[in-house]
Amino acid sequence: MVPVSAISIKKLSKHFGKLRAVDGISLEVKEGEVFALLGPNGAGKTTTISMLCGLLRPTSGKASVAGYDAETEPLKVRKSIGVVFQQPSSDDLLSGRENLEMHALLYGMPGEGRKERIDSMLRLVGLTDRQKSRVKEYSGGMRKRLEIARGILHKPLILFLDEPTVGLDPQTRSHIWEYIRKMSQVEKTTIVFTTHYLEEAEKYADRVAIIDHGRMIALGKPSDLVRKLGGDIMLLKSKEPALIASELRKMPFARSVKIKEGIVSVTVPDSQKNLPKMLRLLDGVDSIEMHPATLNDVFIKYTGRAIREDSAEGSYWERIMNSKGDR
Amino acid sequence: MHYLEAVYAVWLREITVFFREKERVISAIVTPLLWIFAFGGGLGASVELQGVNYQTFIFPGVVSMAVLFGSIFYGLYIIWDRKLDFLKLVLVAPIPRSAVFMGKMLGGMSDVLLQVVALMVIGIAFGMAGMDSLVLAVPAALLLSMCIVSLGLIMGASMSSPDGFNLVMSFVMWPMFLFSGALFPVENLPSYLGFIVAINPLTYGVDLIRFAFLGTTAFGPVLDVAVLLGISLAFIFIGTKSFERMQV
Repeated sequence: MVPVSAISIKKLSKHFGKLRAVDGISLEVKEGEVFALLGPNGAGKTTTISMLCGLLRPTSGKASVAGYDAETEPLKVRKSIGVVFQQPSSDDLLSGRENLEMHALLYGMPGEGRKERIDSMLRLVGLTDRQKSRVKEYSGGMRKRLEIARGILHKPLILFLDEPTVGLDPQTRSHIWEYIRKMSQVEKTTIVFTTHYLEEAEKYADRVAIIDHGRMIALGKPSDLVRKLGGDIMLLKSKEPALIASELRKMPFARSVKIKEGIVSVTVPDSQKNLPKMLRLLDGVDSIEMHPATLNDVFIKYTGRAIREDSAEGSYWERIMNSKGDR
Repeated sequence: MHYLEAVYAVWLREITVFFREKERVISAIVTPLLWIFAFGGGLGASVELQGVNYQTFIFPGVVSMAVLFGSIFYGLYIIWDRKLDFLKLVLVAPIPRSAVFMGKMLGGMSDVLLQVVALMVIGIAFGMAGMDSLVLAVPAALLLSMCIVSLGLIMGASMSSPDGFNLVMSFVMWPMFLFSGALFPVENLPSYLGFIVAINPLTYGVDLIRFAFLGTTAFGPVLDVAVLLGISLAFIFIGTKSFERMQV
């Protein structure tokens, strides 16, 4: 039976003591969709994914993945999914190819065709030449590519990617995304990824759920979410921000007027017409910066802060990773 | 069958990694050699026990120590492993947790066995035992390591951070070694000491390995094997359960 929804989550919660890491999230991911969980570090994205993979037991709520209950049928769920973790988890004392061979054994892939499948995955992520090198000799981008190849090796219905590009330079990031997209097209895999990079959610996701403090604050197509904001964002610098703000609040077309660090921000719909009107009515504006609304503005609208203000998640383990060296 | 294939995959990984981590192998062999030649050699210059030179007497005890330390360290290693490495991948694979446990256990037993066999060969080369004693000593060490690796894995699976590592050293590893008869005969001990020694699984491992090397025994090899087997089965059962409960 083909499930209608690849993933269905109902009021999923995970509490660690008093901390509500995930707090009653409900959503559906359709088959074949590329779905993003967007939020600042510590928002509960990784915890959500861990519950969907059966690595964490939910405190309450239900999750079904590929039609199976994540809590009561973990083996069936795990058979249907591939996971690429945030921290590089391939074995660095093994070669790239050995890692894939190990994976094939763990997933009980049939012996015949195994070698060809590994070959074609290595080709797809461009690691054919380096397949015999140990992973500790790989660069960060190569490791990630290997993990993506591994995540998809056993042809899962759903691929989870937890921060697939974190810690990589911009060029490598866009490369990784090329590979992920190629995979989703070639293999027709449903893809769920977490990210705190807005551009990635905006650019690559069919739909996005914005998460903050364990709660889902917005859900939809990136373009719809942005359009709902209704306009472009203007940042006004002035010596008297309070005065400017109160003037703006009187204008019928100005939305979400806010002052932050002495800069007034306002959302203006139909800005070509309204901007001149606005400037005629305002006095004492030193400079104006205008940018089209992004998902970050959506985030700011719901939470009052930008998405990158929090410190890095998992930094504790990152430090251990770094101090661990080559093992 | 997929279950066995999964056990094999986990085991294969452990053994491959073991051979590539030379530092670990070297240090695992050097520490026992220090005990044999510094402690055993020093004290053995003026002490004889049960009709043999002290160095020869503690040789089986030091082999047991190598099994103990190797097994516990191996088990605790999964604390790091499950945060960072291979274990997380294995835990999301569609295989029962018991297969992960069995693969890990067999991997640990293989690691320890290779270390211990190297040690035994060195001891034999220095005349501390005969070559034929390996026939019994190797399976004895294997049985002991099954018991202690399982214990190590239970502790590793139950600890959520490496902070408890030192506690395990102070409250499990060293007491098990020192209260085991590895360094002294267990007959004629004062009652409090005798009791602690009697409830320590390592005691029976030492006794069995000493029987293999020197032919002397306090409890008899049959009782030793029975105790070690019983405790191993209990630990394997508990270990499988704690792997099933383990979250990442």
